Amino acid sequence: MARKEISILILFVALCAVVAIKSPQFLSTANIQNMTRLIGAYGIFSIGVGVVIITGGIDLSVGSLFALLGVLLSMMLVEWHWPASLAVLAVIALGSSLGTIHGLLITRLHLQPFIVTLCGLLLYRGLARYIASDVTKGFGSGQGFQWLRESAAGGLFGIPMPFVLLTIVGAVAWVGLHRSIYGRHLFAVGRNEEAARYCGINTSNTIAGAYAVSGTLAGMSAILIAFYTNSISPSSHGNFYELYAIAAAVVGGCSLRGGEGSIIGIILGTALLQVIRNLVNLMDIPSSLDFAVMGTVILIGAIADEIVKPRKEF
Amino acid sequence: MQLIGIKRTEGTEPLLEVSGISKRFPGVVALDAVSLDVRRSEIVGIVGENGAGKSTLMKILAGIYRPDSGAIRFDGRPVSIRSPGEATRLGIGLIHQELELVDSLDVAANIFLGREPVSWGPLKLIDRKTVYSETEGYLSRLGLNLSPRTSLSRLSLAQQQSVEIARALSLKARLLIMDEPTSSLTSTETERLFGLIRDMRRDGVSFIYISHRLAEIEELADRLFVLRDGKNAGILAPPEITSERMVQLMVGRDLKSFYGSLASTAGDTFLQVDGMRTRRYPAQQVSLTIRRGEILGVAGLIGAGRTEVAQAICGVNPAVSGEIFLKGERLKIESPSEAIRQGIYLIPEDRRRFGLISEMSVRENISLPALARHSRARLIDRRREVESTRTISSELRIKMASLEAVTRDLSGGNQQKVVLARWLSLDPRVIVFDEPTKGIDIAAKADIYHLLRRLASEGVGIMMISSDLEEILGNSDRVAVMREGRITGILERSECSPESIMRLAVA
Repeated sequence: MARKEISILILFVALCAVVAIKSPQFLSTANIQNMTRLIGAYGIFSIGVGVVIITGGIDLSVGSLFALLGVLLSMMLVEWHWPASLAVLAVIALGSSLGTIHGLLITRLHLQPFIVTLCGLLLYRGLARYIASDVTKGFGSGQGFQWLRESAAGGLFGIPMPFVLLTIVGAVAWVGLHRSIYGRHLFAVGRNEEAARYCGINTSNTIAGAYAVSGTLAGMSAILIAFYTNSISPSSHGNFYELYAIAAAVVGGCSLRGGEGSIIGIILGTALLQVIRNLVNLMDIPSSLDFAVMGTVILIGAIADEIVKPRKEF
Repeated sequence: MQLIGIKRTEGTEPLLEVSGISKRFPGVVALDAVSLDVRRSEIVGIVGENGAGKSTLMKILAGIYRPDSGAIRFDGRPVSIRSPGEATRLGIGLIHQELELVDSLDVAANIFLGREPVSWGPLKLIDRKTVYSETEGYLSRLGLNLSPRTSLSRLSLAQQQSVEIARALSLKARLLIMDEPTSSLTSTETERLFGLIRDMRRDGVSFIYISHRLAEIEELADRLFVLRDGKNAGILAPPEITSERMVQLMVGRDLKSFYGSLASTAGDTFLQVDGMRTRRYPAQQVSLTIRRGEILGVAGLIGAGRTEVAQAICGVNPAVSGEIFLKGERLKIESPSEAIRQGIYLIPEDRRRFGLISEMSVRENISLPALARHSRARLIDRRREVESTRTISSELRIKMASLEAVTRDLSGGNQQKVVLARWLSLDPRVIVFDEPTKGIDIAAKADIYHLLRRLASEGVGIMMISSDLEEILGNSDRVAVMREGRITGILERSECSPESIMRLAVA
């Protein structure tokens, strides 16, 4: 593990220890299950956003995508009575296509990633509200797709399914990012796109691929999150989730300038954020301070990191 | 040093006197006791090869650099120019090769940038009325048919240049330094600029005019200073300002025979470029051949279009039209990866921007284009990658802490070797070097020269672009000389001399 990952791990363990001492409830089975469930669901799309950040880009669209895909998932299952497997495929395929479109707009038309995905954020939120007529959607009794609810919200030997899925996605992503040619190209493009092009790398496809990955993983997360909340209010479902992902990636060692980051770092970053939210809950801090606490902890981490960083000589 | 008699006309006191200016940069003496004087209403030309010290001298006069020693007098008073602001206050204006204007602002805003007149008392709002009316005055004095409200981005390069001059006018400049002002102008625009310069001279403005285009100097200069290797090489006055004399003074140095073993065994045509037009010079066609086993040197001044040809051959910036043949087979090269697939590799001039991924390790940099060779099912076999990069880096004697060292921390020479190592392991057929030893120490230079020769003898076609005449003469089997986007001559080994090359390189 790199220095950055170790320091975030230390911060994570220290924070867990403090919370556990202050509030024994932290280590209760129910609490740990709930937390790992959230880490699982958030970790998956954070990996996607992290990969985009490694190319030097940004993906702001995931939160709204959850609303759009969540609404559609509910309607496919409950109103249109699609087979569950088809609905799952459709949601993931849609996420993946929208991600690919982002990638193409960015690499072929040379639009800025911030603009493209910001438009996605606005567009998908609006579509979600329009399609659902601004009515909250749910999954009712789950008639006919019980297995899907089980595999999205249930558990395996007591481990919540989202966390199990995160382990699988994380392992695949780790190999892809840290062991494959594509992964190496992603880092190279993030560090110096021109030099990468001079080396014969198809930089456009490499970058577009990252957005496709982000869209696909967002599609998977959309299903998990929809079943976690069990009701999808089109105007608020998934709000700010893109920021959780960006924060997780940056806390986990990704640089917004691109070319830096790791899967382990992103997962640790996600876990850290969830522990902070959990801490707010358990320690009777008013929940309105939720964001403020998160902001403070990230800021302290960033300052500490800058202070202990070994200085480079120039 | 060879000084040619200067006719001193009575009554023309000097405006600027520079005596014994020296400036050292780490590893280079850019200026060594250079002297220069400019009289009122005089156009002084300055010529010299790339790296002769012209730009450094001008930057000192403009307050961008400070000299290590020497004295400057302006208007009879000793001065020290510590910042661009001070140069402006003295009345020295510099018009750069690259224009320094803000594209998104209009003409008037550019002219007054940084010293906008204000009104409305403490509110300090820009006094737009003054800005536009004064700008109008400057533009009409320059005979420019331009609205002060036109955005800079809508102007041609020549017009932008005129805006720079208008700005200098507004600064009431008494000495204007122009560095290659015509490099992007058409001949009509150049004529108009010359007319303007002469008009301003009549009004008492003095000029320092730097150009590679000797014909322009001949036409314009009242006096000429030649710089060579950071020293004064001579001063010429009108009857003597001829291309012949200038070239002689520019290159006049002892050329040691170095880099040894030439006498290559050049075979038949290997790479052939036919009627290539580059994006920068779409009106010019370039044709050249590289024979098997030879090093083709490409000489010329900066901006002659050499890099563009290299980039077109290597697909980085594809040609507009033209054909490339490798061993008689026609190639379609529209991207770097297509060139790389054919074994045609580029060692770019700007290592940090295009050559290296500086934050990555030596291993990752070397293996980047070769990853497919070190992998199975698109997954990298780390052991094979390490072995192969270790072999090649020890062969090239790259000095580094380890294979995992970040390339940013390596010296220039070792960085260049990393870029080279990348391609050597990939069976090169043609390697195009753009300024292969720029910013590299002597020892690494020698290594690279030997490598060039070894590659050539192994049958790799080598094209070497260089602005260093010694490097060209010491390494090339043939030399193609370029000027303004076209090849002005291809010299066989026996015909190469500093003078013959320089004559083809300058107009």
